[in-house]
Amino acid sequence: MTTTTATATAPAPTSALNASRTTATAARVLRQLAHDPRTIALLLLIPCLMLILLRYVFDGSPRTFDNIGASLLGIFPLITMFLVTSIATLRERTSGTLERLLAMPLGKGDVIAGYALAFGTLAIIQSALATGLALWLLGLDVTGSPWLLLLVALLDALLGTALGLFVSAFAASEFQAVQFMPAVIFPQLLLCGLFTPRDNMHPVLEAISNVLPMSYAVDGMNEVLKHTDMTANFIRDALIVAGCALLVLTLGAATLRRRTP
Amino acid sequence: MMNYSAGPPHPTASQTTPGTTHTPAIRAEDLTVVRGPRTVLRALNFNVPRGQITGLLGPSGCGKSTLMRAIVGTQAKVTGTLDVLGRPAGHRTLRTRIGYVTQAPSVYDDLTVRQNLDYFAAILDPGRTATDRRHDVDRVLTDVDLNSHADALAGNLSGGQRSRVSLAVALLGTPELLVLDEPTVGLDPVLRRDLWNLFHAIAADRGATLLISSHVMDEAERCHRLLLMREGEILADDTPDALRARTGADTVEAAFLHLVDEASAAARNKETTR
Repeated sequence: MTTTTATATAPAPTSALNASRTTATAARVLRQLAHDPRTIALLLLIPCLMLILLRYVFDGSPRTFDNIGASLLGIFPLITMFLVTSIATLRERTSGTLERLLAMPLGKGDVIAGYALAFGTLAIIQSALATGLALWLLGLDVTGSPWLLLLVALLDALLGTALGLFVSAFAASEFQAVQFMPAVIFPQLLLCGLFTPRDNMHPVLEAISNVLPMSYAVDGMNEVLKHTDMTANFIRDALIVAGCALLVLTLGAATLRRRTP
Repeated sequence: MMNYSAGPPHPTASQTTPGTTHTPAIRAEDLTVVRGPRTVLRALNFNVPRGQITGLLGPSGCGKSTLMRAIVGTQAKVTGTLDVLGRPAGHRTLRTRIGYVTQAPSVYDDLTVRQNLDYFAAILDPGRTATDRRHDVDRVLTDVDLNSHADALAGNLSGGQRSRVSLAVALLGTPELLVLDEPTVGLDPVLRRDLWNLFHAIAADRGATLLISSHVMDEAERCHRLLLMREGEILADDTPDALRARTGADTVEAAFLHLVDEASAAARNKETTR
């Protein structure tokens, strides 16, 4: 065996965000998933199956399918990315790999951005499949551009990734992590306008729904559903969802501690 | 191959090792760590010399792992002075200079051995070329004798193999200080001997400093220096020879037991005279 002598060139120091460390992290997360084809299949197929189910549940009222279907295209990526991210980062915390990474020259931003990049890529594939299926096979009637649907779906996926990263800091086990799904996602699901328009709700609930990001995800989808052009409301909704995702990602980065008790 | 003597080395070796300065690799003064309600490390004072293997020994729960976490900068609530390679512990420039192995193997079970090492090599120094990184990965695979398992999923390996993957990650690059928390637990005697030979080679050829915790006392004989710990305090900080001579014991194990009994008796006396 040979041991090399200490080289004079020092490795790149830690910085908040380093492009190659971020992409290496994203590639690693995707490689982990590649060893788990069942999870990939479930991630990609379940939204499609649910849309097919929904299409025939509302067989007699295509208008309802249009409304709920468009909303669900935004909600699916949020929920699945939330679940996948919270479990993945929890495993990273409990396996000791996060401690090892943070003792190495890896910025917290690299971890967060790496995960966001990996799951964002997955979300694009998932949303493309679901949107394509809904528009061309199930007859979802959308006035606006399918690209805008895809854009909102991607922003929703990033929001889900961000929320998942954030809550994983408060979960000590996988049991707790999955329980955060009903705690964080269900209230938003009930209040986002999927079941009844938000202005029909009790004023208190309407006020709450105004500060929950999923409401804007669904509003954005509905804007695409009803209008041919990018409306001012659509831009506002998309910016709010993107802003929330960024905010929660930053909060998530703050929960990554190099020093732990 | 390496040309070092496996026997008890000279305690003054560090002064003559080329490329090292006279500041110790680790310097602790009044080092205290609190975890929750417990004071895990109580006002420790010690130095770890450069270019040598220092063994950190003591019963489980005595604070070995906490001390190691403090040195690599992952432990919160550290007070006192703790300088590592001339910088305060946890300093960002230290992150490329220290290799750290936790007690439980910390690798990705759903990646192959090589994929694990590729990733950590990319994190350690993304500036290197792919070929350079590949050579580095091949080298550490050989060091821990896992070439034949390079393409196996880490999760499918045995416990001893997984801890060797974890060790291989710490050997990537050219760390000046290796902090290894029980790296030989669960390994068979042949592998343990090979790894200790590797540790000595790293110290001798590269002038690297190694801090290795263990509760297997026969490994203590292979260290240049020993830190004996008990209940968050350092019982002894000496060479294995000096420890045996001081306590009149034949082995480090007997010396350690002698010191523990002495400390327990002293603690009891303090209780009764109060």
